[in-house]
Amino acid sequence: MPGRGTMVLMQLALLVALFVAWFVLVKINILPIFFFGDPVLVLQQVFDWIISGEVFVHLATTLIETILGFLIGIFFGVAAGMWLGLSPIAAALLDPYIKALNAMPRVVLGPIFVVWFGLGIASKVALGVTLVFFVVFFNVFQGVREVSPVILANARMLGANRSQLLRTVYIPSAMSWVFSSLHMSVGMAFVGAVVGEYLGSSRGIGYLILQAESTFDVNAVFAGILVLTVFALLLDLTVTLAERRLIVGRPN
Amino acid sequence: MIAPLGKPDDAAKAGTSKAPALAFDQVTVRFGSYTAVSNASITVGDGEFVSIVGPTGCGKSTLLNVAAGLLEPTEGEISVYGKELDGINRQAGYLFQADALMPWRTALNNVITGLQYRNVPVREAEELGRKWLARVGLNGHHERFPHQLSGGMRKRVALAQTLIMDPKIILMDEPFSALDVQTRVLMENELLALWMADKKSVLFITHDLEEAISLSDRVIILSAGPGTHPIAEFVIDLPRPRDVSEVRMTPRFVELHHQIWEAMREEVLKAYERNQQKLAS
Ligand SMILES: Nc1ncnc2c1ncn2[C@@H]1O[C@H](COP(=O)(O)OP(=O)(O)O)[C@@H](O)[C@H]1O
Ligand SMILES: [Mg+2]
Repeated sequence: MPGRGTMVLMQLALLVALFVAWFVLVKINILPIFFFGDPVLVLQQVFDWIISGEVFVHLATTLIETILGFLIGIFFGVAAGMWLGLSPIAAALLDPYIKALNAMPRVVLGPIFVVWFGLGIASKVALGVTLVFFVVFFNVFQGVREVSPVILANARMLGANRSQLLRTVYIPSAMSWVFSSLHMSVGMAFVGAVVGEYLGSSRGIGYLILQAESTFDVNAVFAGILVLTVFALLLDLTVTLAERRLIVGRPN
Repeated sequence: MIAPLGKPDDAAKAGTSKAPALAFDQVTVRFGSYTAVSNASITVGDGEFVSIVGPTGCGKSTLLNVAAGLLEPTEGEISVYGKELDGINRQAGYLFQADALMPWRTALNNVITGLQYRNVPVREAEELGRKWLARVGLNGHHERFPHQLSGGMRKRVALAQTLIMDPKIILMDEPFSALDVQTRVLMENELLALWMADKKSVLFITHDLEEAISLSDRVIILSAGPGTHPIAEFVIDLPRPRDVSEVRMTPRFVELHHQIWEAMREEVLKAYERNQQKLAS
C-alpha cells in the first residue's frame, strides 16, 4: 500500500486522466459533442461563473435552503421520533401510514410544495425538511425503542422521574442516533434544495442547471453538475469535521 | 424514669424486632409459562451482609430485580423495613450485572447523575462526585467517557454512582465477576471497608462460593431453576474486620466452605441428573 501522499497524487492523476479521456473521446468524435460537451469549455464555464461571482449567489441560496431544511427536518424528526417511540399506542395506530409515507418516493412531493409554497425558498426548504424528517424520524424512533433497558433501570434506581428520564436517557440516546445519520440528513437536505430548485426557481445551483438545459447548453449543464459535486463534497467534509468535535461521547 | 414504659417484654421486642431491611415472603416469579422463582422467602436484616449463591440462570438477577422494585412478583410480596414495596425501592441502590453507565456522560457526570435527579446544586454534586471517584481509586479519570475506561474502572464508576446516593440497602448483582483477580480482591476489601463504615444492608449476588463466604454474614444457597428457591442457609461467623484474601486461609473458612459445598453438591448433582434426563427423553 503506497503512502497517504502518494495515494492522493494518484487519485488526482486519475481525475486528470478522466478529463483527458473525455477530451480525447469527444475530439475524435467517439462521444458526440452535442451530448457530452467539451471538458475545456465546461471548465471555462465554471471559471467564468467564479470570476463574475455569479455562482456564489446561487451557492449561497442553495446553502441557505440546505441548512434550513436540515435544521427544521432534524427538529421535527426528533420530536416525532421521540413521541412515537415513547407512546406505543400512537405508534401502532400510525404504523401503516408511516410505512406508506416511507415507501413513497418523497421527491414527488416537490411539485405540490411548489404549488403550496411558491417558487421562492420555502418550497425547497419544505422538500428538504420532508426528506430529512424521515431519515431522522426512523433513526430516533428506533433509537428510543432500543434504549438500553439496563441504563433505563439504572436511571430509575438513581431516582429519575419521567421528565428526567426523557432528558437524561431518551434524548441523549436519540441524539446519538441522529449523529449516526448526520451525513445522510445533510445529503437529503441538499437533494431537497437542488431538486426543488430544478422544479422551478429563480436562484440556486439547481436553477443554473435548469436554465442551461432549457437552452441546450450542455457545457453549462456539466459545469453545474461539477459545481454541485464539489459543493456536496465540501458539505460532507464540514459534517465530518463537526462530527469529530461532537463525537467524544460515543464509542468507536 | 417515672412513667411506666409498658412491659419489659415489649421494650425488648421494639428494640430487637426492628423490621428487616428486605423480606421476600413466598415470592414466585413467572415469565409466561416459565416459573423462574418459586416460593422464595429470604430476609436481609438491618445492617446485614447477605450473599445469594446459585448456578447461572437460576434466577438470582430476577430476585434482585424484585427487591429493587423493577419487577413485580407474580405471587407473594416483598417488604422493605416492614412496609410492602410498591414501585421502585427508594431505599436501595442497585449495582447491575451489565454495564449501566451512560455512554454519553463522563465518569464524573455519571457519578453525580443521581444527585442531579435530586436537584443538588452542581458545585456541591461535583465536589462530592470527585470525592467518590477518589474513593474508588479513579483520581484523574473524571473527564473520561465510559468507552475510554477499562471494565474494572467502569465497575468502580458504577459503584461510586450507586454509593454516592447513600442508600440504606445495596443490591449487587455479580459486581466483580468480570474483574481480574487483583482488582477483584481490592474492590472486595474496599466494599467491606465501606460497608463497615456505615453499616448498610447488603444483598450480594454471586456464583462464586468463596467470594460469598469471605464477604458475608450469611450465605443463602439457591436451588437450580426452574422454580428456584433457597435450599440452605449458613451463618458465617468469621471475625471482622476481614481481609478477603487472608480470611480464605483460615481453618474456619475452609471448614465453612466444605460444609456449604457438601450441601450444594447434592443440588448440583440433582440439577445435573435432571438435565441428563431431559437430554435422554
Ligand atoms: N424478562 C424475562 N423474560 C423471560 N425470561 C426471563 C426474563 N428474565 C429472566 N428470564 C429467565 O429466568 C431465568 C433466570 O434468569 P436470571 O434471574 O437472569 O438468572 P441468573 O441471574 O441467576 O443468571 C432464566 O432462565 C432466564 O432465561
Ligand atoms: Mg444474573
